[in-house]
Amino acid sequence: MSVLEKTEVPVNPGGAWVREQRRGPRRRRAWITGALAALVAGLLAVNILLGSYTVTIPDFLGMLGGETIPGASFIVMENKLPQAVLGLLAGASFGVAGAIFQSMLRNPLASPDIIGISYGASATAVAAIVLFGVGGTGVSVAAMAGALAVALLITWLARGRGGTGLILIGIGAAAFMQAAVTFLLSRADISNAQDILVWLTGSLNSADWNKVAILAVALAVLLPFAGLGARDLRGLALGEDTAAGLGFNVPRARLLLTVLGVLLAALPTAAAGPISFVAFLSGPIAKRLNAGAPSLPLAALVGAAIVLAGNFAAVNAIPGTSLPVGVVTGALGAPFLLWLLISSNRTNQGG
Amino acid sequence: MGAPALKIPVGGTTPAPAGASLPPAAGVLGAQGVGVPAAGVPAAGAPAAGVRGAGAPAAMETAGGGPRASTSISVRRRVIWLVVLAAVLAAAALASLAVGARNVPLPTVLDALFHFDPGNGDHAVVASRVVRTVAGLVVGASLGLAGTSMQGVARNPLADPGILGVNAGASLAVVAGIFFLGVSSVSSYLWFAFAGSAVAAVVVYAVASLGRSGATPVKLALAGAAMAAGMGSLMSAMLVTSQDSLDLFRTWQVGALAGKSWDSVDAVLPFVIVGTVILLATGKLLNTLALGDDTARGLGHRPGLGRAVSAVGIVLLCGSATALAGPIGFIGLVVPHLLRALVGPDYRWLLPMSLLAAPAILLLADVAGRVILLPGEVPAGILAAMMGAPVFIAVVRRGRQAEL
Repeated sequence: MSVLEKTEVPVNPGGAWVREQRRGPRRRRAWITGALAALVAGLLAVNILLGSYTVTIPDFLGMLGGETIPGASFIVMENKLPQAVLGLLAGASFGVAGAIFQSMLRNPLASPDIIGISYGASATAVAAIVLFGVGGTGVSVAAMAGALAVALLITWLARGRGGTGLILIGIGAAAFMQAAVTFLLSRADISNAQDILVWLTGSLNSADWNKVAILAVALAVLLPFAGLGARDLRGLALGEDTAAGLGFNVPRARLLLTVLGVLLAALPTAAAGPISFVAFLSGPIAKRLNAGAPSLPLAALVGAAIVLAGNFAAVNAIPGTSLPVGVVTGALGAPFLLWLLISSNRTNQGG
Repeated sequence: MGAPALKIPVGGTTPAPAGASLPPAAGVLGAQGVGVPAAGVPAAGAPAAGVRGAGAPAAMETAGGGPRASTSISVRRRVIWLVVLAAVLAAAALASLAVGARNVPLPTVLDALFHFDPGNGDHAVVASRVVRTVAGLVVGASLGLAGTSMQGVARNPLADPGILGVNAGASLAVVAGIFFLGVSSVSSYLWFAFAGSAVAAVVVYAVASLGRSGATPVKLALAGAAMAAGMGSLMSAMLVTSQDSLDLFRTWQVGALAGKSWDSVDAVLPFVIVGTVILLATGKLLNTLALGDDTARGLGHRPGLGRAVSAVGIVLLCGSATALAGPIGFIGLVVPHLLRALVGPDYRWLLPMSLLAAPAILLLADVAGRVILLPGEVPAGILAAMMGAPVFIAVVRRGRQAEL
């Protein structure tokens, strides 16, 4: 909005002026995308190279090239690298999922982690692990099924009740799912419970190449669809009536985007747990960086940056123990949500 | 997004003839108001207060069956429900003594209560369930009364110690106590729980009520959810680093009534009694608050002071309940809605009756939890959340104006 507010519109805007006005935000977006990509790359490198065990860049490149350095190879290739890559993919996926829901429902609070979709994925994944001993791809499938079921249920329950109704009903659903996860947690063996606690907040500590591969393949399939859906999303962000007036097929676009958003929220949940508030934080930050317009690529980069930065902080905050990344994002996200409520109260819109 | 949600906030724009559309309880209070011409309200201020108060019947309407419901509900009906609820509570308590892994027939239960025989195995089973039942009574009554009072104080049909993050605040403080100071008894949990729930209640209410439209349901619920999530993260940070804390916490977190000792119950009982007395005295105040702060002020009440006093009672009750049984949500949400359907929106009846209905529901949940997954048990807190969340959703769905 700030760009528009500052600009004085000439009396008879000509084509050149309009082009100039359009070029501004576009150039700005290119700059910001580049800067964010550099930030994500930097954070990725920090996660891999620094920390309790540091690696030099030549050593790392050598290991990538297939060289084996005793000790270092295992830590980097089997531990730090998959963690960092999983963080990158999960963060990007959560970021896109959050931005899709927030733009589609036109409410920054309508992110999948607040309206219970991530907890739905978490609950079914934990149930699959604890009750049926499922692992690997099965967990992802269970998480997707759970997330879809929750999304279906809350949209059905909230039909005709607007975005706020959906959010409140989602909060109720999230409470139900959390009770289910807590219950499963209390029935599991204690050795398992440490792992399952991860399911309540989200963690990269259990990352391995198998999880990375599942998530990477799924994202490779889904992200092109997200690119296709971005146009529909821009239409829906104007409001359903306006979008319909502009010729968008609103029901189809909503269905496509909902399924896409749900899957993009469920897949990283299956791999790394419901990393709290990443989906919720990414969209608004990306929107602010992009001068008020929603942008899926920016949301993906912001999400990845949040998870990678959060993971580095979580792993290295207390020497000797490695906290789950969700602890850091949750502790940061909650004040942000409160701040969003306060600031939207001031302007009296939203919240 | 700017419109008030669920018709709760003050300042409804339809000028209604004050008094004409007010429920009888308000009519009585209105008469008092006439008798005590409020010093601070000049003559010109009176109609303004009337217009503002127009939000109040709407609030009542959202809260219960509408103003008409309260006119049609006679004292006789309320007394009948009072007796029915007392009977249900007695039945729930007896069921809690009788049902479990080893069922005891009812005559034996009564026998054990009045002619206890230490040598009798069934009597011993009943005796072991007495503490659990008493804990259920104390916790249920605390949460029910606190929830009812919260809905009145916040004028918000979605208020509940669990949803508003008050229980989460108490939990975080207790876990911090376990983690940093190694406390392990309920009497020391208590003080942490009080501090935590007080901080959470103040922060959530302050965040939600900033701004023009005041503490709308969606803002309160979101602020509560944010608090609960943030505190949950901090809690996890402590728990993943300490196996011992996790072990202690895991059994406490689920909101179980099992395994409580008399010492624990005794430790919280004085605070529960004080909190109960405070909140029971606020019935009239809550009725007035439902008409809007300005009207309440005009009628000679002091809303700010009243809210502060109620908050003390709420914190005492929520803190005690959480310290004793862990965070149990949704009891405080469900009970007032149930009672409003039965006896109307008059808080002078709702508050005392919540003391009967809430423990009955909690004990029934506890009894159900003992039998549905034999040989294991489902803790009462989990069942309460699983039964309460659908009620929460139903309440949201019934509030058709839930458009912020």
